Amino acid sequence: MSSESDARGQEKRKAKGPSTDAVHAGEARQKLGDSITDPIFCASTYTFADTQSVIDYIEQHQQREEYGRYGNPSQRVVERKLATLEGAEQSVLFASGMSAIVGLLMAKLNAGDEVIFFDECYHRSREFCSKHLARFGVMTRQVETGDFAAMSSAINDKTRMLVSESPTNPHLSCIDLDQFVELGSQFGIETMIDATLATPYNLQPLKFGVDYVVHSATKYLGGHNDLLAGVIIAEPDKLADIQNLRGIMGAVTSPHNIYLLERGLKTFELRMQRHNANGQAVAEFLESHPRVERVYYPGLPSHRDHEIAERTMSGFGGLITFQVKDADWRATADVVDRVQLARIAPSLGGVESLIEQPLVMSYYEASPEDRAKWGIRDNMIRIACGIENTEDLIADLEQALER
Amino acid sequence: MTNDLKFSTRAIHVGNVRDPQTGAVVPPVHFASTFVQPGAGEWGRFDYSRSGNPTRDNVEQTLASLENGTHALAFSTGMAAIHCATMLLSQGDHIVAGTDIYGGTYRLLHKIVTRSGIDVTLAPATDLQQLASAIKPQTKLLWIESPGNPLMTITDIAACAELARQHDVLLAVDSTFATPVLTQPLELGADIVMHSATKYLGGHSDLVGGALIVKNEELRERLYFIQNATGAVLSPVDSFLLARGLKTLEIRVRQQCQTTASLAEFLQADSRVRRVLYPGLPDHPGHATAVRQMQDGFGAMLSLEINADFAAVKRMVESTKLFQLAVSLGAVESLIEQPASMSHASYDVDDRAKHGISDSLVRLSVGLEHVDDLRDDLEQAMAGID
Repeated sequence: MSSESDARGQEKRKAKGPSTDAVHAGEARQKLGDSITDPIFCASTYTFADTQSVIDYIEQHQQREEYGRYGNPSQRVVERKLATLEGAEQSVLFASGMSAIVGLLMAKLNAGDEVIFFDECYHRSREFCSKHLARFGVMTRQVETGDFAAMSSAINDKTRMLVSESPTNPHLSCIDLDQFVELGSQFGIETMIDATLATPYNLQPLKFGVDYVVHSATKYLGGHNDLLAGVIIAEPDKLADIQNLRGIMGAVTSPHNIYLLERGLKTFELRMQRHNANGQAVAEFLESHPRVERVYYPGLPSHRDHEIAERTMSGFGGLITFQVKDADWRATADVVDRVQLARIAPSLGGVESLIEQPLVMSYYEASPEDRAKWGIRDNMIRIACGIENTEDLIADLEQALER
Repeated sequence: MTNDLKFSTRAIHVGNVRDPQTGAVVPPVHFASTFVQPGAGEWGRFDYSRSGNPTRDNVEQTLASLENGTHALAFSTGMAAIHCATMLLSQGDHIVAGTDIYGGTYRLLHKIVTRSGIDVTLAPATDLQQLASAIKPQTKLLWIESPGNPLMTITDIAACAELARQHDVLLAVDSTFATPVLTQPLELGADIVMHSATKYLGGHSDLVGGALIVKNEELRERLYFIQNATGAVLSPVDSFLLARGLKTLEIRVRQQCQTTASLAEFLQADSRVRRVLYPGLPDHPGHATAVRQMQDGFGAMLSLEINADFAAVKRMVESTKLFQLAVSLGAVESLIEQPASMSHASYDVDDRAKHGISDSLVRLSVGLEHVDDLRDDLEQAMAGID
C-alpha cells in the first residue's frame, strides 16, 4: 500500500463513531480460539519453545510476552482501545488511578526538579507530591486553580511538569487547555491533565496539545464500580520510559480486571450519554430548588467556568456538587442520609449513583482553616449520578431535600 | 426496593443490595459450592449451590423485577431453561409450539421431548385459528416466540393468553428477541417468560445462560423442584456477569433498536434486497400487533432476503468487516449469519422450506456500533452481488 492510501485508511479509521471504537478498537477481528471476546490470560509467565527462542527474543527485541509484570495480551488490547477513544495510538495501563499518576511522575521527574499543580487537584495526588516526591528531592508548588499568571510566575528553570485536573473535584472547575498548553510550550515544560471526570467522550486534552492525559479508569471507563485501574495516554515516544518503570515497579492490573475494563468500555458511549443527561437534569433541578444555595456543574450557565466548558467539552459528566441553604454540617448530613437511591460512598462514574459529603468523606480530619482554604464547605454534598432513570433520581433528591 | 421505580433504576438496584457486612456497592461473587448450616437438621437460607446461591439469587430478583414477575430461575443455558419448562409435562401430554421458533427449541421438542411420550404439534402462532385447532384435550403447554426466529413474525401474546386460558393450557413465551425493555409477556397474560440470557440480557457475548420468570408461587415451586432435581443452574461468575450486563440493558436495547430501524429502511430501498423482515417496517405483517405489544421499539434483529443464489449469499455474509459471521445475537458486536446453514441447520430440510427459511435468507443481529459504520459495511458487502 502506498503511503497515500495508508493516510486515507487512517482517516477512515478515525472517522468511525465512538461506539464502534468502544466495541471494536484495539481488538483483533479474529481472536484466539475464534472466540468473539478476548480470553482472560491468567498466566503469570509465558513459555519459550527452546533456548534459541529466548535468545532471539532478547537479541531481536521481538514483540511477545515474557512475564506477567511486563505485559499481558489482553492488557495490550485494552491499552489500544483506550488510546483510540482518546484519539491516540498508545496508552499504559496501571493497577489504579493513583499508581498511574505515581508512575508518570516517577518516570519523568528527578531530584532537583520541580512540578507545579493547580490546587484543586485530587488531595491524594498532592499528598504524594508533597510527602513522598519531596523525600526524593522533587519540589512541588501549588497555585490557585485557573490562575495562569500565578502558574507562570511559579515557573523557574527547574520546573519540569505542569499538572491539573479538568474538571476538578469537587468544584468542577474547568481549565482553559489552550492557555495551559501555551504556558507549557512557552517555557518548554510538559503538561499533564487528569481528565477522569471528563472522560475522552467529553474532552480530549491531547487535541489541545497536552502531553499526558491520565484517567482513573475505575470511574467512567470501567463504569460499573467493580474494578480499579488507571491509564496514561500520550505520544508513543513519551510512554516508553513509563512502561519500562511499570515493569520494574509492578503496579500492573490483574487479568480479571483487564477483562472487566474491556467489557465495561463496550457500553462507554451509551453510559456517558446517560451520565451527561442525568448530570445536566439533576444539576438544573438542584439549581431551581429553594433549599439549594449553590450548584457546581459546568453545564450550568451559572458555573464560573461554563464558557470554558462549553468551548472545550462536548458534555459535562455525572458529577455535581451543591450546597444546602442555611444548613450546618449535621443538617447537610441529614439530607445525605435521607437519600434512598444514591448510596453513601466515595468514588464516581459507575452505573450506580453515589453520594457523599466532602467534609465527612474526604476532609473529616482536616482543620477548619485548611477546609476553608480548599473551598470544602460544611454544607457541600457531592452526587455522582449513575445511569438510573432521570426522574427516579430527581424524585429521590426531592424527597431528601424536604425538611 | 419497590417496583414503582423505572426500568433502568430497577435494573441497577433490585437484587444488588448493599452488602451489609462490608458495604460493598457491588455484591461479592459467592463461589462456594456449599454453605455452613446453623445445626444438624436446621437449614440456613442457602445450603448447597445447586439448590441456591446468593449471587444467582441476586440476579434472579433483578430478572423477576424487570419482567414484572414474582420469581425467576436462572439456568446454565437458554436450552436448559426451555427443557425445565417442558419437564412440567408428563407422558401422554401434548405441546403446541409456533412455527417461527429457534432451531434449538425445534430440536429439543422433536428429538428429546418426544422420547418421553410427549407429542408436539407446530402451528403458525400468528394465525390464532390454526393455533386453536392444533390444541387437543391432552395439550398442556403452548410455546411461542415473539418476535420469531428467523422470520421476525409477531405473535399476539394477549390473544394467545386468552386462548390458553380457554383451554386451560400454560402459555410460555420465549421473549429473547423482545427483551423486557420492549415487552413484558406476564403483563399480557403469559404464565412463563423464557429468555436466553446469553443474548440481550447478558449482552456482551461472554456468558451462556437462561431464565424462566413467573408471576405465581405455585408454578415457581414446580419449576424450582425440576431445576434443583436436574441441576442445570447458572454459575456464580456468569450470574455476576449477567447482573452487570443487566445494568446497561435498557440503554443498549434502545440504541440497538434505533440503529436497526435505520438499517431496515436503508436495506428496503436497495434493489438487490428482495424483502426485509423487520416488525418496525409498516409493511411487515405483524407491524400493527408490534406497535401495540412492543414499547417504543421493534428489536435489533432483522432478516433480509437477497436476490441472489446460495453461493452469492454465502459470499456476502463472509465479506462483511464489522458484522462478524457467527450464530447467537443480542450483544454489543454486530453479527451476521445465514439461517439455512447456521442457526436453523438443525431443522429438517422439508420443515425449513415449509416454514419459509430460504437459502437466500440472511439474519442480522445489530450491535452497538455507529449506524453509519454498519451501513457502510453492508453496502460494501453487497457490492459483490449485482
